[in-house]
Amino acid sequence: MADGHKRPHPIVAAMPYLWLAAFFLVPFVIVFRLSLSDDVLAQPPYAPLFEWSAGWSGVREFFAGLDFENYAFVLTDSLYIEAYWQSIWIAAVSTAILMLIGFPVAYGMARAPQGWRPILLMLIILPFWTSFLIRVYAWMGILTREGLLNQALLAIGLIDEPLDILATNAAVILGIVYSYLPFMVLPLYAALERQDDTLLEAAADLGAPPWKSFWLVTFPLALPGLVAGSLLCFIPAVGEFVIPDLLGGSDTLMIGRTLWTEFFTNRSWSVASTIAVLLLLILVVPIALYQNIQSRSLERN
Amino acid sequence: MRKGLSWFNLVSLTLGFAFLYLPIVLLIVYSFNDSRLVAVWGGFSTRWYAEIWQNAALLDAAWVTLRVAFVSATAATILGTLAALTLVRRGRFRGRLLFSGMVYAPLVMPEVILGLSLLLLFVAVELDRGFWTVTLAHTTFTMCFVAVVVQSRLIGFDRSLEEAAMDLGATPFRTFFSVTLPLIFPAVAAGWILAFTLSLDDLVIASFTTGPGATTLPMRIYSQVRLGVTPEINAVSTVFIAFVAMLVIAASLAMKWQQARQRAAA
Repeated sequence: MADGHKRPHPIVAAMPYLWLAAFFLVPFVIVFRLSLSDDVLAQPPYAPLFEWSAGWSGVREFFAGLDFENYAFVLTDSLYIEAYWQSIWIAAVSTAILMLIGFPVAYGMARAPQGWRPILLMLIILPFWTSFLIRVYAWMGILTREGLLNQALLAIGLIDEPLDILATNAAVILGIVYSYLPFMVLPLYAALERQDDTLLEAAADLGAPPWKSFWLVTFPLALPGLVAGSLLCFIPAVGEFVIPDLLGGSDTLMIGRTLWTEFFTNRSWSVASTIAVLLLLILVVPIALYQNIQSRSLERN
Repeated sequence: MRKGLSWFNLVSLTLGFAFLYLPIVLLIVYSFNDSRLVAVWGGFSTRWYAEIWQNAALLDAAWVTLRVAFVSATAATILGTLAALTLVRRGRFRGRLLFSGMVYAPLVMPEVILGLSLLLLFVAVELDRGFWTVTLAHTTFTMCFVAVVVQSRLIGFDRSLEEAAMDLGATPFRTFFSVTLPLIFPAVAAGWILAFTLSLDDLVIASFTTGPGATTLPMRIYSQVRLGVTPEINAVSTVFIAFVAMLVIAASLAMKWQQARQRAAA
């Protein structure tokens, strides 16, 4: 690590530090502040942040104007509770499916001949570079009633009548699994690829059948990758907007979409802020876990 | 010893990659469909591509998007590289935990939260919303991706070359530009391209932070996509995918070429 070496000039740290403080940290304080205030009929639709000119009475008035009304409103409305619940549920189911699909793919990549691996890796990363919005949109043409999936299923005689897949929660889960697959495969592949093959040989020499050495050697060593991949998928999926909006139905309540509607359609900035704060509260534990893993892998090297 | 691929590995790789690529391939194929109906193949045609060039609003949005992506990726690359240097080389310092938190959190933070919070900041400081607010917002979230990419390169970095330069009297500033930067350049370039494509692609953060006159391409596509699948959008998407794919492939070829040249020189 840095010990014994020259450390970079303080300005190297100061620039990104100040930038992130100004554009990442301060905005959260404003969101929290706004979640405690009321909407006003104006443009922008909320009361000024702080009137410095009013002096001490202004400070008193400022604190008097803050209350948890919005929280009471959101937490007692079954619509919002349902949206939080559905978001977590859909993200959890998607993450579970991602593990089931991502593991065999990553495992196959790690076992592929050395020469193939850079190409396979490139093929996994490439969809990540192409547009997220476009990849979700591609599924709309496949999943509609007249879409390609229904046509194919009808043609091979598997179904007699087209299925309604688009505008259901199943389509949302499919969209999340599709969009986030590279995020699951990459950390898993990194963990599997590092593995020392002699461990498997040792297990085989000691008489372990292949499934047993997989379960006792390969799987535990891949576990950190599995945890990292799951967090990388689960956390953003909970707050996903594009996928439920394009592939979900009117009964698909996800919190990212609710926040969007509250902000853009209902123009209630304070309720949107309250939803954001509550969403952050749900995600704070998984985010802290993810950060811990990131920092530890940095320190290990 | 590698036992090679079992049939199970082959099947899972084939199905996995088919799942990843089939929807994109279908989208591209159907952008050449003469019929307006999504599911009916009406013969090969490039007429939807011709229509893109007539659509002034779309071209305008594409131009805004490219400018935002270029400026924000460049700023994000500078800030992200500095952040990576801080994380890897500064060791322990006060506020390190907060700093690493601020670098890693935007990677997973739902975009609606980032978008809303940045918008509220811009309103609070009474900044006119438009091109520059979107650019500031994109710089903020993409610099974290650059930091992670550059950081992984800095971890395996041999510092003896830097020490040699310093012993020969180079200033830290000069050492960085003539020794460190050339060595980490592949990661810095990859970070720039990643930031550029993330900015090109972003719908949610741009929707929150933009203002009149600065509608980006994803916002334009999104407003049409909500009404259903159309061959024009398929064509726009295909152009978009082709553009990004060419950028990524050209960059990786350039890097391979540079590496080969370095090896030949050594």
